Amino acid sequence: MMPDLGKYVLEVNSSYVLSFMALGVITGLYVKRNRAVKRALAELEAAQDA
Amino acid sequence: MIQLFLRDVGLSVRSGGGFGLALIFFLIVVTLIPFALGPDQSALAVIAPGVLWLGALLACLLSLDRIFGLDFEDGTLDLLATSPLPLEAVYVAKASAHWLTTGLPLSLAAPVLGVLLNLDYETGKILCLSLLLGTPALSLIGAFGASLTLGVKRGGLLLSLLVLPLYVPSLIFGSQAVRLVGQGLEFDVALILLSAISLGAAAILPFASGAALRINLR
Amino acid sequence: MNSKPIAPTLWDRFWRLANPKTFMGWSSRVLPWIAAAAAASLCSGLIWGYFFTPDDMRQGSTVKIIYLHVPAALMAINGYLLMFVGALVWLIRRQHVSVLAAKAAAPVGMVMTLIALATGAIWGQPMWGTYWVWDPRLTSFLILFLFYVGYIALWSAIEDEDTAADLTSVLAIVGAVFAMLSRYAVLFWNQGLHQGTTVTMADGAKQENISDVFFQPLLLSMAGFSLLFLTLLLIGTRTEVRSRRLKVLQERERIE
Repeated sequence: MMPDLGKYVLEVNSSYVLSFMALGVITGLYVKRNRAVKRALAELEAAQDA
Repeated sequence: MIQLFLRDVGLSVRSGGGFGLALIFFLIVVTLIPFALGPDQSALAVIAPGVLWLGALLACLLSLDRIFGLDFEDGTLDLLATSPLPLEAVYVAKASAHWLTTGLPLSLAAPVLGVLLNLDYETGKILCLSLLLGTPALSLIGAFGASLTLGVKRGGLLLSLLVLPLYVPSLIFGSQAVRLVGQGLEFDVALILLSAISLGAAAILPFASGAALRINLR
Repeated sequence: MNSKPIAPTLWDRFWRLANPKTFMGWSSRVLPWIAAAAAASLCSGLIWGYFFTPDDMRQGSTVKIIYLHVPAALMAINGYLLMFVGALVWLIRRQHVSVLAAKAAAPVGMVMTLIALATGAIWGQPMWGTYWVWDPRLTSFLILFLFYVGYIALWSAIEDEDTAADLTSVLAIVGAVFAMLSRYAVLFWNQGLHQGTTVTMADGAKQENISDVFFQPLLLSMAGFSLLFLTLLLIGTRTEVRSRRLKVLQERERIE
């Protein structure tokens, strides 16, 4: 299944891994912050309605 | 506007105003270079144009936060904003005062310090010319950065972070011109482009900076 | 004088999309679709590129890096363009959503720039024998990165949100002008090793120096990166809209 990368295995794989990590980190941060702010806002609105 | 200009020049020449500081900083940078790179005369002559340009550029940075900072703190800037003088003109006056007290002396000092780095006379002349044409852009861009970071407490570091990338084109053309002279090649194009940047900055940045000042004084 | 239309024009309707409340409505509806499309095209493009493309004659298997490098570079530039437009719209029309979108775009654009730089360096090592050369393209990207950093730093340094929005927008516009200037200055400074743009235009690609075998998966992963950017942009903008509302509510509570 794995393609034959010849002598450039390290280069190709490391760039894929690094890029996925970077994209994963930024996506994770955005989603996490989105949830946190959403929850905080919901709590505040609930408290003010009560 | 002229009075404001004269007042700013006077303030910075007076002791503690930072007039001599930039020059001394420049001298120290140039002194440190041979310690870092070794005293080889021919090697120094090769890097001299770039080092002198870089030193002048960093020396320009030193006094940037004073351009508006003190006037903002003691309320002078608020008074200026209510005066009939538009803030764009305030910016131009202050940027040119900054240039007269840092850019101009730095340009004149550069060929003299160039002697320390084994820079020959012809190249020194072009270095002086390129700094004279390029430093107005440095002062204008710097004053723009200063107007952006006006409201930020301890904004000195942020100011350098914002301003240094904007200095890239001037640095490239300026030091390129001097390097081309050193190689005995045509350098007119670099000098023309360098002056184009200064003129362009003078045409555009007053409006950007005036807007930034107005936002900060709101 | 009296020819004002009563029904809203298409133009008015377009701007109504930027009303914060309307924005939250439509963005929550389209977000899952865009996110799904992003995941699908990104995965298929990269899997196609990684597993099912032949090696290049000269570059060997390193050509597979192109499926990351080119799309990331594309989005790094478009991200800055987007910030520029967002800033311009904010300064002219005072649409909050637009400046918040610019704020949300900056970190994503910065990460894209980093990916383009890192993959470029990794690719450069076997091809040029060095990780880094002071080549115009590489240098421009480094400068672009610095502009992103400055923009983000200015946002976080100013406390008052509207002041921060105004000042960062001014910076983004001046920065865009100087980024273009640097681009040409750098070209003047050093003619480089980097090959010309591989993917100029979709139609130009036919006779360009890139064959279909490589081009189709590349197009797919470019679409994937763009959609991912859009997804993150929508998520980030929604976060900022909510956080702005949160601050307003907190402020009101304090006054009461």
